Amino acid sequence: MALELSAQQQAIADGARGEGAAMAMRIVAATARLMGAPSLIPIASAHIDGALYHGDSGTHFAEKLVEGGAKVAVRATLNVGSLDLTGCSKNRLPSHERAMARRMMDAYRELGCEPSWTCAPYQAGHRPALGSDVAWGESNAVVFCNSVLGARTNRYGDFLDIACAIAGFAPYYGFHHPENRRATVVFDVSGLDPAFLGSEVAWPILGSLYGRELGDAVGVVAGITAHPSEDALKAFGAASASAGAVGLFHVAGVTPEAPDVAAALHHQPPQAVIKVTAEMIADSRRRLSTAMSMDRIAAVAIGSPHLSIAEFERLEALIAGRKLKVPLYACTGRHALTELERDGGRQRLEESGVIVVADTCVVVTPILPDIADAVLMTNSGKFAHYAPGNTGYGVIYGSMAECVESAVLGRPVFEAAA
Amino acid sequence: MKAEILVAGEPAEAPALVLTAPISFWGGVNPKSGRIADVRHPQHGLSISGKVLCLPGTIGSSSAAAVLLELVTAGLAPAAIILHEPDAILLLGLIVAQEMGHPVPMALRLDRGEFAGFAGHELAIGCDGSVLISPLAVEKGFS
Repeated sequence: MALELSAQQQAIADGARGEGAAMAMRIVAATARLMGAPSLIPIASAHIDGALYHGDSGTHFAEKLVEGGAKVAVRATLNVGSLDLTGCSKNRLPSHERAMARRMMDAYRELGCEPSWTCAPYQAGHRPALGSDVAWGESNAVVFCNSVLGARTNRYGDFLDIACAIAGFAPYYGFHHPENRRATVVFDVSGLDPAFLGSEVAWPILGSLYGRELGDAVGVVAGITAHPSEDALKAFGAASASAGAVGLFHVAGVTPEAPDVAAALHHQPPQAVIKVTAEMIADSRRRLSTAMSMDRIAAVAIGSPHLSIAEFERLEALIAGRKLKVPLYACTGRHALTELERDGGRQRLEESGVIVVADTCVVVTPILPDIADAVLMTNSGKFAHYAPGNTGYGVIYGSMAECVESAVLGRPVFEAAA
Repeated sequence: MKAEILVAGEPAEAPALVLTAPISFWGGVNPKSGRIADVRHPQHGLSISGKVLCLPGTIGSSSAAAVLLELVTAGLAPAAIILHEPDAILLLGLIVAQEMGHPVPMALRLDRGEFAGFAGHELAIGCDGSVLISPLAVEKGFS
């Protein structure tokens, strides 16, 4: 089916709002043609993953939009950049890269985006309404927006997210259509030990397994015993979207489009039912660690997605004023940092040896020291997935409690029951 | 055989690199070297530069396009990309590279069932989406 643009959309593509907006509309239209979308739909907001420096070409792209006079047409929050502009942490980017990364962050602000600099915009006051169409980037933000908020977005990659925000429109395909949001796979966890399901590591480990099993299919998690917290759903989505191409999941009785399993399936039979076993969980947990030796760590990193205030409170309670033997990097956004600083939490954590990282994180920019064969411990399924490729560190996976105890003792320790 | 053209670009003659597992370009491919950096990937360490890259699927980060754009501008892009299904997250890298005035490799769509027949061969990709298979030049000497 050929793409049809409305008169307004065609006018933007022809330059009615300047060359920058025209370029944005051309990119949106080219993507719509690629994906077979018949038309474009207006969007209510955007979350922009494009301001992370991967090389000079991304900076030149953003600056070309700025030179063309482009401005976002809808609310647009920014995902992490490559620099911690709050000054909480330092990074090792060489001067050219640092300058280009800074120019890139400046260019996105110039386009009218909000300097939220977080991968958890949904915990920083950007929560689009149930059923609204939006264009979000960053794989964990996409999956949270679709699944937990019930707003409708595809997985908008770099460049397309800002192009949609400037154009004010997105290609009409995929998860924007209600019928494509139907679960086709049941991910049944009812056979698992309720003690595991209630544990801290359950949701990141389940998410990682779910992502590998489901790929880009939509599934419904059935058979949970306790209502997961928002931070648990955040960890599940992030792990699932790093291990697979997950853009939308349902949890029966929890997420808004799944009051029960039948509703998530749109009252049709599932194409597959995955009965999750204890062996699958043990295997999924093992795969999260890559380190050859389990007897040493150089650092601990948490906060992917960015830590919420509730997670900082848990961190502080677990540390309980003790001094850490290895640094613990706690990644977060300004929304949480502001609250943390208000009650002196940042200072107390830093006195223990925590390094707060804001606006960015340790897996997207070189903050961790460059140590050969170093090992990083984390409670994040997403960090566990990306740290080896991006930082060179091997990974040991553990709960937040295990991460904190390991940082205090300077070597990995695991709870007997975990 | 003839493939559907996803993104029009430069014709190519290059060895096929058939990946046996889906990959996330961000975190999975080093934009400065073109090598597969994901230690869990079966083709870890191989370079995708100058190859006809056959992808059974893409996973993970929404920054794949940025890595592909960087590879194109650095001259490290694959010679062509063959996908089982269109992937906006990755192919945006080519669409934006065109907007920035760079020549780009072709992106084609073919059923991943065809990929096994490409492994170890040289592929000629035409502007019309044609795919011609011939033995690798280096292998001809031994046959």
